[in-house]
Amino acid sequence: MTLAWAVMVLGGIALALGVGLAIAARRLRGSDDDLVERIDALLPQTQCAQCGYPGCRPYAAAIAADEAPVNLCPPGGQYTADRLARLLGREPEPLDPSRPAPVPPQVAVIDETRCIGCHLCVQACPVDAIVGSHQMMHTVIASECTGCELCLPPCPVDCIALVATPARAQPRTARPVRAVATEALQ
Amino acid sequence: MTELLLIIVATVLVNNLVLVSFLGLCPFMGVTRSPEGATGMALATGFVLTLSSAVGYLLYTWVLVPLSLEFLRTLVFILVIAGLVQLTELTVRATSPLLYRVLGLYLPLITSNCLVLGVALLNLTAADSFVQSVVFGAGAAAGFALVMVLFAGLRQRLEGEQVPVPFRGAALAMITAGLMSMAFMGFIGLVPT
Repeated sequence: MTLAWAVMVLGGIALALGVGLAIAARRLRGSDDDLVERIDALLPQTQCAQCGYPGCRPYAAAIAADEAPVNLCPPGGQYTADRLARLLGREPEPLDPSRPAPVPPQVAVIDETRCIGCHLCVQACPVDAIVGSHQMMHTVIASECTGCELCLPPCPVDCIALVATPARAQPRTARPVRAVATEALQ
Repeated sequence: MTELLLIIVATVLVNNLVLVSFLGLCPFMGVTRSPEGATGMALATGFVLTLSSAVGYLLYTWVLVPLSLEFLRTLVFILVIAGLVQLTELTVRATSPLLYRVLGLYLPLITSNCLVLGVALLNLTAADSFVQSVVFGAGAAAGFALVMVLFAGLRQRLEGEQVPVPFRGAALAMITAGLMSMAFMGFIGLVPT
């Protein structure tokens, strides 16, 4: 008799908890996070903060929460704004005119004769496109540079310039390190 | 009323479960590297603690005792705690994905946090009524939160100090915890037993 009651009590509690959790899981689904990831993947990852948010991911979170329009990203340009609008099923909008004008595709170039090897631009670069160690000359990997201009302010000798690159029709987006590494190895 | 106040003071300061009974040391050492993580963990554990001691008391008094199934109490409490932890995890993930990422593995590990089971079991001897058991759970949660936040603050302060190599990391954390525990011994005598 006791055994039967024990089985029934434990089974009943387990069943009640299971049903409760199933309902809770349906109510509290964290689908927002997924959307943030997908928006973040379309942003150029320059972390330049020109949109008014501290970086690309916070901006993606704001878009996902319907708090920000999709046309605030100058480095991404019209191309990114259109792709974001398509992802979210919104009407494509022209870039916000109050933001800095979208610059033509450009890359940073270091004047290597003037570089003093202070390493400050390497720390500023959000996409690790600058190589060089302390007290050594630095240089920019043109194919990785997004032209975000973040390396300009820290340079104490102003040896970094931005030059237009006509070759690229669409802005670069940062790729995962693994993809870049595999490509380099092949 | 006085009795409830006494229970709160006793669980928060005098019989602080972390520093005096040494329950729940896993999150105490694990997630106190940053005050944000410690606060989030304290809130999540507090939620589970309060609810589980309330539900545990109700189940024990109204289901297990009438059916004379008291020997099942540990099993039933573990079941209830596991369910509540799942619920907490869902809530945290839906409300704050960032906190969910900070807490990481420690969130499902609340299930195996001996503090929660310990409070649910101690409850049976410490509390005489439903209200008392809820207050006991909430007091234990408040005591846990207090210690977590204090310890996280201490550890953050120590981070910037020049510590001799053999004492760095876990060793210093253990020594700090021991000193805190001794300091909390000073509260004995605050509540007449």
